[in-house]
Amino acid sequence: MEHQLPVHRFTIRELKPGAKSSALIVREAQRLGFEGIRAVVRSEIYFVRGNIAPEELGFLGRFLLSDPVTQTCEIHTLPLTPKGKDYVVEVAYHPGVTDPVADEILRSGLELGLRAIEAASTGVRYEIGCEKDYSLSPGDLDILASRLLANPVVQRWALGAVEPAFPGRNTEVPREEWIPIHTMDEEGLAELNRARRAALDPEEMKAIRDYFAAQGRACSDVEFEMIAQTWSEHCFHKTFKALIDVEKGQAGGLPGQVDNILKTYIKAATDEIDAPWVISAFKDNAGIIEFDKDFDLSFKVETHNHPSAIEPFGGANTGVGGVIRDVMAVSARPFAVTDVLCFGIPGRGEGTSALSVEQIRSGVVAGVQDYGNKMGIPTLNGSIHYHEKYAANPLVYCGCAGIAPRGAFFSEPRVGDRILVLGGRTGRDGIRGATFSSMTMDGSTLETAGASVQIGAPLVEKKLSELILSARDAGLYTGITDCGAGGLSSAVGEMASELGADVELSEVRLKYPGLAPWEIWLSEAQERMVIAVPPEKLTALAELCTANDVEYCDLGFFTGSGHLLVRFNAKPILDLDCEFLHKGMPRRRMKAAPPPRLEDRPEPKPLPGSRTPGIGELFPMIMGHHAISSKEWAIRRYDHEVLGATRLGPFSGRDQTGPSDAAVAVPLETGMRRGVAISNGFNPRYGEADSYNAAASALDEAVRNAVAVGADPDRIAVVDNFCWGDPLKPGNLWTLLRAAKACKDAAIAHRTPFISGKDSFNNEFEGPDGEKIAVPPSLLISAMGIVPELGAVRGSDFKRSDSLLYLVGEFAVVYEASVLMDILEDRPGLAAPAFSAAAPAVYRAFHRALKAGLVAASHDLSEGGLGAALAEMCLAGDLGAEIELEGLRASLRKPAGPEGEGSEASFDGPAGQALLLFGETNGCLLAEVEKNNVSAFERQFAGLPLARIGKTSQAPLLRVCDGESLLASVSLEELRRAYLRESAEILGQAEPSLAIVREANREGR
Amino acid sequence: MSMKPVALILHAAGINRDLDAAFALEAAGAEVRIVHVNQLRADPGILRRGRILAIPGGFSYADALGAGRLFALDIASFFKDEVSRFVDEGKPVIGICNGFQTLVKAGLLPGRRFLPADGDERRFTLSDNRNGRFECRWVTLKAEKSPCIWTQGIEEPVVCPVAHGEGRFLASSQAHLEALMAANLVALRYTLPTGEPAKELWPHNPNGSPFDIAGICNPKGNVLGLMPHPEDNVLTGPAGRSYRGGRQGSGLLLFKNGVRHAIDQGAIYG
Repeated sequence: MEHQLPVHRFTIRELKPGAKSSALIVREAQRLGFEGIRAVVRSEIYFVRGNIAPEELGFLGRFLLSDPVTQTCEIHTLPLTPKGKDYVVEVAYHPGVTDPVADEILRSGLELGLRAIEAASTGVRYEIGCEKDYSLSPGDLDILASRLLANPVVQRWALGAVEPAFPGRNTEVPREEWIPIHTMDEEGLAELNRARRAALDPEEMKAIRDYFAAQGRACSDVEFEMIAQTWSEHCFHKTFKALIDVEKGQAGGLPGQVDNILKTYIKAATDEIDAPWVISAFKDNAGIIEFDKDFDLSFKVETHNHPSAIEPFGGANTGVGGVIRDVMAVSARPFAVTDVLCFGIPGRGEGTSALSVEQIRSGVVAGVQDYGNKMGIPTLNGSIHYHEKYAANPLVYCGCAGIAPRGAFFSEPRVGDRILVLGGRTGRDGIRGATFSSMTMDGSTLETAGASVQIGAPLVEKKLSELILSARDAGLYTGITDCGAGGLSSAVGEMASELGADVELSEVRLKYPGLAPWEIWLSEAQERMVIAVPPEKLTALAELCTANDVEYCDLGFFTGSGHLLVRFNAKPILDLDCEFLHKGMPRRRMKAAPPPRLEDRPEPKPLPGSRTPGIGELFPMIMGHHAISSKEWAIRRYDHEVLGATRLGPFSGRDQTGPSDAAVAVPLETGMRRGVAISNGFNPRYGEADSYNAAASALDEAVRNAVAVGADPDRIAVVDNFCWGDPLKPGNLWTLLRAAKACKDAAIAHRTPFISGKDSFNNEFEGPDGEKIAVPPSLLISAMGIVPELGAVRGSDFKRSDSLLYLVGEFAVVYEASVLMDILEDRPGLAAPAFSAAAPAVYRAFHRALKAGLVAASHDLSEGGLGAALAEMCLAGDLGAEIELEGLRASLRKPAGPEGEGSEASFDGPAGQALLLFGETNGCLLAEVEKNNVSAFERQFAGLPLARIGKTSQAPLLRVCDGESLLASVSLEELRRAYLRESAEILGQAEPSLAIVREANREGR
Repeated sequence: MSMKPVALILHAAGINRDLDAAFALEAAGAEVRIVHVNQLRADPGILRRGRILAIPGGFSYADALGAGRLFALDIASFFKDEVSRFVDEGKPVIGICNGFQTLVKAGLLPGRRFLPADGDERRFTLSDNRNGRFECRWVTLKAEKSPCIWTQGIEEPVVCPVAHGEGRFLASSQAHLEALMAANLVALRYTLPTGEPAKELWPHNPNGSPFDIAGICNPKGNVLGLMPHPEDNVLTGPAGRSYRGGRQGSGLLLFKNGVRHAIDQGAIYG
């Protein structure tokens, strides 16, 4: 009779309510047209159910739920008598949504001896304060609630007091359903595909029917759902494994047919390079390379785009959690997280999504912050990119690096080993996430995808990660994998793909009763790992679980039969041949053809010289552009110091505000003689212009960034992450093939093997007038490199005045798709910088110079070109610089690509000067070299492109000369303001913070 | 005593700078043992075998119901007497970040003298940063005149990161805060990089604590709580964090002080 137990409500208010007014919510409310709203004050609500004595309630409120120094606590027993409080919205989770705080209330209530607490839940109260004479209707409040205060996907709200949500007490055990698929015609199959949102092709549906028809039996819903998710794009990578007919292939340097993109291009590069230090590539949950003679490194990068589009916090949160589990699944200790985030441009080109670009952005950043910080893994590197075609489909790339003693990773379950699930409990979270990820989003996505959303509980994963390492060191398991998309069906299915297994689903620990067997099998509840444990090690493992507060359940064992048998309360509900499940999918045959836009694209236009602003004006415009400006507002929300291994974090320089090219970590267990560099390369404007050059540029940028911080170019491994639109459109597949080919070409040129990768398709959303908008072809290349000598880590900040500045590499600047073009013209670029053939040799020479101690500061040229790199080095070091363009012009080679038509004369005049400073190129780095190292430095680059372009100066000015004439003299203060403005605006500050920092630092120089 | 003093590092679900603290205490000369709350609960006697106690940073119990609250509840519920004895014996105790929040919410800092005689209501807390955000950045600290054994003799600025969202030290009344100041219990303050007072100016004072309070001690001086992370700046040389003004390795001084005190105590008490 639990439902008759009384429910008590605690409302926790701040004594100083100003502290909890959300500036973001107020700003967003005003943006929605509620300009009279002045404050939105938040209070916490807790509900507990049970027969609890009044004095116990008081104790609970005072001692546990509130802080007596800053808060007050009101206690009521439901139902509440309604009060005439003006504008109040209260928000609570839907029943069954993961609520870690409620779990802690239950646990700590027991610890306090309050055994009568039987259930707990939480909510939030918003009191909305308005200007005098400004009023809000209930309809207005509903708009505020649905758009700003609650996410309808996981939460509900009330105007006034919200009712608590407790998970249902449904004791009825749902059963499996049987689907007569063996007798279905094509129409029936299509209907089944739709009804169960399986996102399968007609051919695939027929293959499933034929399998069951041959056995003359119906299929259970458990079987159908498992096949659908195993064969989903997300899990099976159908597009990357397809046979593709290429129309007009030679126009793009492609063959007439491509048989498996992954093998043809990505793995082919790894095979050809054949680096002896690659330990595992494309085989396991993460790629693995050697660190030194005792340790190995693992690296994985994934996307979580669709979940982040509908629930930004939860989507990004579980994206980070998921990729960390990938590293745990190769038995490594995670030591660094990276994130690359792509958002729409605030105020421009919104989609039909209920969420604004700003809401998506702040939710995603908060989600990354919450998981990374609570896991205690530093978020060392990342970037934020803006493009209007990400408006309703953000890209959320999450990466994780791990370290383990050599030989710690293996996964070879044996017949008879037990199958254990460790960690979080199973609920309806993320049901059908794998198939959802494989579908395009439209206006109804929010409503229909509710169950696909996952909410993370980083605390559970933190405990789990510590447990796994202890279990690893004690040799308690023979196999390990994580529960990601597809949940247990995928984890157990893959682990048992050769041996077969016998599994009892009723053993799974549930968050709440009432889950159908297929839901248990498919649930994507987070924070779960599956391990194979020899029966004689079970006791030791159980003890370890108890000591670490980690739950586990024993589902069954590996049989050796090659069949996967799943039971529910002993009754078989799934019996599939592993061979059919993993290899029975009909091969996809697809078509690629040049997109129409490429057919009749206009010739790239030269930079409009007459309309080009002066250099002095352009500098702050470039530094304030969203591709370059400081992302401090987000970066500082991530802990980048925890674990004490950060040798070079996201910031360089005396104020710790300049951007670092890459991160360097020195894992503490390794003896601290070498480090690990982690970097990224990404550019959506290039992707839109030319996916081949964009992919080559991304790889070159990732490698260049790693080299800039001291990584050995002969010890860099890379990871690819493709985010594309609908692959069934031949134009999308054409740009994909071109990008994949560039991956191969550039990786082989650099000798950087791919060790892991991922692809995400159907990144499309419905634009304002109903047409589908695909994200620009977006390829992230992430690099992990070994820094053999820590003295080579120099940072991007200028160290002293009167050092000389060198530009090394083939300087082949392009105007199209540059930040400069984005500032001057409102059109997509038509070309992207080409790969520099000299780059591999240049990077090796640069590495030698760094190791020899000849470089004081180094920075790569990327977005914003030479000018932006130079300005960033000045800002980071708080030192000025003077450069001269004539010498640079003289040393120029003919630029590659369509711009090659232009003669060197085009670098004359205002347009030419702007191009020299802000045109974009691959393959180049900028170095500060102290005077006494000049000749030794130059010797390292014998026969390679090198230009001395100027020197550093004490005066806080960036001066640009062309021959004798002074083109511009820009104060660092002006550059700094431009660079920090966006960050300050997002934080709601009147003035960029660094102006203050620098003033305070002046004397300390 | 030539033997290294044993430093116990208290671990609970969500604590994440245990390895950092272990590294720093080891570098300072201690023998380190990380002890899980569950272990200590089963055998509170473990505490008697330690001569330094460190409560590291992290998000114990995911910061549910406020940072440090539930970890403090563990201490109060399971081994309050043992921890009190440890403190009363004058053994060095350090609580960093989440550990500081835990010590304050457990009533162990600033100490019994500052607890009301009649009830269970605390007078001090660590609350949300003034700007309402978690922030990670490097700060400069000055050791103030105080009885704190961890900061004795530190003349030069200590430079190290902060990484917290609830680091604003608050009292339920101005008088309580002033009593703390009058007793010289403010052991560490945020300053400008030049060493001058930060005067509550963000970002030098990252959380808006009044009087730039970064860390406080108990009247005896053996218990220190602080929000910043000196344990993340203990390395020198090429492996150490280097940036101009970064004062490489300056965080190690605190841990050396703690270890030296434990050694001296060992010499006195055997």
